[in-house]
Amino acid sequence: MQLETSTVMEHELAGGDYRLLTLASQRIADAVLPGQFVSLGLAAPADAILRRPFSVCDAGAGRLTILYKPVGRGTRAMLALRAGDSLSLLGPLGHGFPMPPSDAAQPPLLPVLVAGGYGVAPLYLLARRYPRRGLLFVGGATGRDILMTSAFAALGWEVHVATEDGSLGEHGRVTTPLDTWLAACEVDAKHDFFACGPTGLLHAVAQRAAAGGQRAWVSLDRHMGCGVGACLACVQRLNNDGEKVWGRVCKDGPVFDAARIVWE
Amino acid sequence: MTKTAAPPPDLAVTIGGLRLRNPVMVASGTFGYGVEYADVMPLAELGAIVVKGISLAPCAGNATPRLVEVPGGLVNAIGLQNPGVEGFIAQYMPFLRRRAVPVVVNIWGRRIEEYAEVAARLDGVPGVHALEVNISCPNIKDGGHVFGTRLDAAAAVVAAVRANTRLPIMPKLAPNVSDIAAFAQAVEAAGADAVALINSYPAMVIDVETRRPVLANVSGGLSGPAIHPIAVKLVYEAARAVQIPVIGIGGVSGPREALEFLIAGASAVQIGSANFGDPAVAGRVIEGIADYMRRHAMSSMRDLIGSLNVL
Repeated sequence: MQLETSTVMEHELAGGDYRLLTLASQRIADAVLPGQFVSLGLAAPADAILRRPFSVCDAGAGRLTILYKPVGRGTRAMLALRAGDSLSLLGPLGHGFPMPPSDAAQPPLLPVLVAGGYGVAPLYLLARRYPRRGLLFVGGATGRDILMTSAFAALGWEVHVATEDGSLGEHGRVTTPLDTWLAACEVDAKHDFFACGPTGLLHAVAQRAAAGGQRAWVSLDRHMGCGVGACLACVQRLNNDGEKVWGRVCKDGPVFDAARIVWE
Repeated sequence: MTKTAAPPPDLAVTIGGLRLRNPVMVASGTFGYGVEYADVMPLAELGAIVVKGISLAPCAGNATPRLVEVPGGLVNAIGLQNPGVEGFIAQYMPFLRRRAVPVVVNIWGRRIEEYAEVAARLDGVPGVHALEVNISCPNIKDGGHVFGTRLDAAAAVVAAVRANTRLPIMPKLAPNVSDIAAFAQAVEAAGADAVALINSYPAMVIDVETRRPVLANVSGGLSGPAIHPIAVKLVYEAARAVQIPVIGIGGVSGPREALEFLIAGASAVQIGSANFGDPAVAGRVIEGIADYMRRHAMSSMRDLIGSLNVL
């Protein structure tokens, strides 16, 4: 974990209301792993107390990109950021997705990514670095919530889209194309799920993984305080050998083995 | 004749026999057990670290949501989640002992006997330098705040802790009392070596769309810049009422707020919520106090503490 002053390099529309913010980062960008996050210390709003946490969407060569939607006081204030502006960057934070060793004798299981809306963000960095190409299932309320699909396709990943209003891809939730694909799989097919999105989506993926005897890794999104495990605001109930314990989403997660989550 | 530079100001203070290299501590609940922030804020630079509140048995804390940001502050109801005194000693003291930083352990209980037992257990634990006695947490239904808003109960807790430890003890007072001087005097008479104030102010936030309280605990405690002027007045009143050192807490987010507490009569300060926004804020505050002392030709903290000019 490092704290550095970072400079805005690019700030662009990513489709819908979403923005991609690219920062110059001397040390954090090259250290970040898929599923980890950073927190931004913003100059505005001036009366804000907390930093703002964001999954890292892409990183490398001294650059780091996050994907965000202006929904609250902090993210709305971020719309004013311009190239050259400086801000405080803390990271890499938390534990990300488990990555198979690149020199493994056996290729890893087929990776199946499931995203809701801007949940594609940490999955994109995973797709870029994963030693095997796989599939992305992405859902959203409307076509304006479906982001970065061409970027996944450019990496050679198979993309399936669903929208609740039917404006793009299949009509329905992301589980509609996912279930179609799962039904067509061989009975004993093995794959690994990686998911990021609303809790309902993560739970749905966890149920399908459990039913099929597959592993699933889910990235939780919670309101955080410190982002480093100190304040105990963003805790999640976990199963720990039959005992229920609190896990800190920011420090012990944000990525957890779905089988450990106590879904409430 | 060459002009020699003035020697750097001496920021050291002594709190109940405990010598601190500077008057800047990090407040309980906002810095974990030190390990969480050690990468970006060298612990050895701090005056002291006050760790997250410890109880006799492990405590699960409150349901979530536990924290909400409001303009100028935070409202929290974490509920004093902690691994219990044995868990704390086993999990965190080996790390803290290796750092050259005084460790102040914040302790709490639901009954007076629990405070006494935790104090007794920590007495003699290598690396533990002092106890902060939390009699003012607004987020525990029984105990905690109850002790901090009744004079006799506050004194009884402090007396019980005093009887069970040789460590310096510093009760942490609640802000929502009618006469803070009386509480400061009561804990001084009960054997406190210093008095720390203020804890967060009882507060509540409602989501008007759902008409539900935002926090699972319904209410919580307000901290941050919003409570700073309240804390300054209370620190000023407490410092005039007692002989023991006063530690100012509440909304320190830069050198200016720390200096206000010191000028009002505090011998040291604690930084709380501001650690979340800038994990290195304590270093900035320490440097800012030194700069101020140079500008005002002050050589030691004695020149600064209680230097308020009242017309």
